[in-house]
Amino acid sequence: MKFLSKLYIALILVFLYAPILVMFIFSFNSAESVWVFEGFSLDWYKELIYNSTMLTALRHTLLIAILSAIISTVLGTAAAIGILQLRKKITKSLVMSVTNIPMMNADIVTGISLMLLFVFFGKLIGLNESLGFFTVLIAHITFNLPYVILSVMPKLQQTDKHLPEAALDLGCTPLQAFFKAVLPSIMPGVFSGFIMAFTLSLDDFVISYFTCGHYQTLPIVIYNMTKKTVTPDAYALSTIIFVTVFVLLILYNTMQNNSERKVARR
Amino acid sequence: MRQNENIVSLKNISVAFDGETVLDDINLDIRNKEFITLLGPSGCGKTTTLRIIAGFVEPDKGDVLFDDNKINGVPAHKRQVNTIFQRYALFPHLNVYENVAFGLRVKKTPEKELDLKVREMLKLVNLTGLEKRKIDTLSGGQQQRVAIARAIANNPKVLLLDEPLAALDLKLRKDMQTELKKIQQQLGITFIFVTHDQEEALSMSDRVVVMDNGKIQQVGTPKDIYNEPKNAFVADFIGESNILDGVMIDDRLAEFSGKKFECLDSGFEKNEPVDVVVRPEDVDIVPLSKGMLEGVVTSITFLGVHYEIIVDIGGFKWMIQTTDEQFVGDKVGLYIEPDAIHIMKKSEYSGKYGDYSSYSEEIDHLSDVEEDEN
Repeated sequence: MKFLSKLYIALILVFLYAPILVMFIFSFNSAESVWVFEGFSLDWYKELIYNSTMLTALRHTLLIAILSAIISTVLGTAAAIGILQLRKKITKSLVMSVTNIPMMNADIVTGISLMLLFVFFGKLIGLNESLGFFTVLIAHITFNLPYVILSVMPKLQQTDKHLPEAALDLGCTPLQAFFKAVLPSIMPGVFSGFIMAFTLSLDDFVISYFTCGHYQTLPIVIYNMTKKTVTPDAYALSTIIFVTVFVLLILYNTMQNNSERKVARR
Repeated sequence: MRQNENIVSLKNISVAFDGETVLDDINLDIRNKEFITLLGPSGCGKTTTLRIIAGFVEPDKGDVLFDDNKINGVPAHKRQVNTIFQRYALFPHLNVYENVAFGLRVKKTPEKELDLKVREMLKLVNLTGLEKRKIDTLSGGQQQRVAIARAIANNPKVLLLDEPLAALDLKLRKDMQTELKKIQQQLGITFIFVTHDQEEALSMSDRVVVMDNGKIQQVGTPKDIYNEPKNAFVADFIGESNILDGVMIDDRLAEFSGKKFECLDSGFEKNEPVDVVVRPEDVDIVPLSKGMLEGVVTSITFLGVHYEIIVDIGGFKWMIQTTDEQFVGDKVGLYIEPDAIHIMKKSEYSGKYGDYSSYSEEIDHLSDVEEDEN
């Protein structure tokens, strides 16, 4: 029985990670072949550095990911605080369901509807080309927000609700009370919300596809490449992205574990 | 400032939350350097009163005076009061030292002065040596002490305490009661203490404010409150009481349970209907022939110090505390001294508190103040 359960876990891991492992290995292949590993080389990584389309796209992706993560973290934290302060239960759950919709909604619906809105609004203010940097940014903030709210909310609920009052009582202005008392105690939630938002934004394809116009992000550039033939420099790039996300996820999990252990000790 | 000057005054304070009245025309003067307790069941408005003084709640009507200055609208961080919160509200990301130093740092106190003050406070609450400890590694009692030190480090003129002992176990609670009282006398500042525990209120306070339903029912010293309750609510809430329907025949003569009794109260109209309170420890059990009233023992509980027996007199169940052993079914006589009878005007609470026919151990557990008062 024990052997079977171990085998089961091993199988799951193989199915989950085999494709990534293959990609990882072949990104170091010295030849272009996807079935013969001819020798170890970093050629594809070198090639990547000179591939300007891909590098531009990478820059776009990173910029959008960082900006949208920062903005949605600020907005989402503020929103979580506001939602928790709502007195009536009905309004609270109503607001929560409304904020959760972008998360539940099919990406394609969110993408198309956002595109429509942007184009419509762009025409309204007389723009020829309304899709671009700002529209992707807004779109990414939109789908990141609920994740930030959901990761900040439980932290807020765990903290003593008199914490801001205690700070006011000790002479803080309301703003100081937030930064000195509330924010430090919900920081793990805020940070994990930020990482969530960053990784989600990093690999979003569907919504970006509809809203980016000429401001193409990496997933879109890679997708466009697949219409021709995929060269192994795409493997190299994907490997880099995977490793980045992987590291962030480990960070996120250790953060969560640490704060949970603290709560358990209490 | 002189001892008896008022430090905080509440004038005609009314508050409603979502249309529900929480405080109804509260008038209260709090004297400088006194230990005053707001006592009442949950939902009586005691915590709201405290929060109005702290500046967390603005009254809909009425004025809050501090040192004779109106402080309505002054935000909490500009008031010279500090609060100890129910679950302490300590800052989890700071250690013991930094928690205590918090208020001083906000005020930009010079480092040297701050360090002296923090160490002095930690010494006062017996936490020296725990400066570097994280809050979540402290016991409940230690957290309580940090909360006290954090509040008084700011030299408040008034310390507000919102049920600070509710989360501690019984033994620790008793110790902290003594300690709080000691700290209050040492600092010589006003303590406004909120609790629903009548024993705590009686044993710690200079004055007690009994509240119910958003109104002040009675203000007085613990002895006043216990011996001269103003209405049936106060009599029932503080300690055990037999509350009977009666008539004031004349000054110093009351009638209840079908008999006439001498008492010490006067100033009522002739034949005015009243509520009569007789404390269980003030009733003597005597042979039938000498009794003013007679009844049948229906239940006995041995409590160590004394017996608590229920005696049925004409259908009304009296509670009596006695050191003489009785047996269920015994016919006994009761003797009541004139000074054991307390007469109260009829109020909205009259008739709400029945006899001890549904008496159970559980009720006894909630209110065991008699031992202290005997």
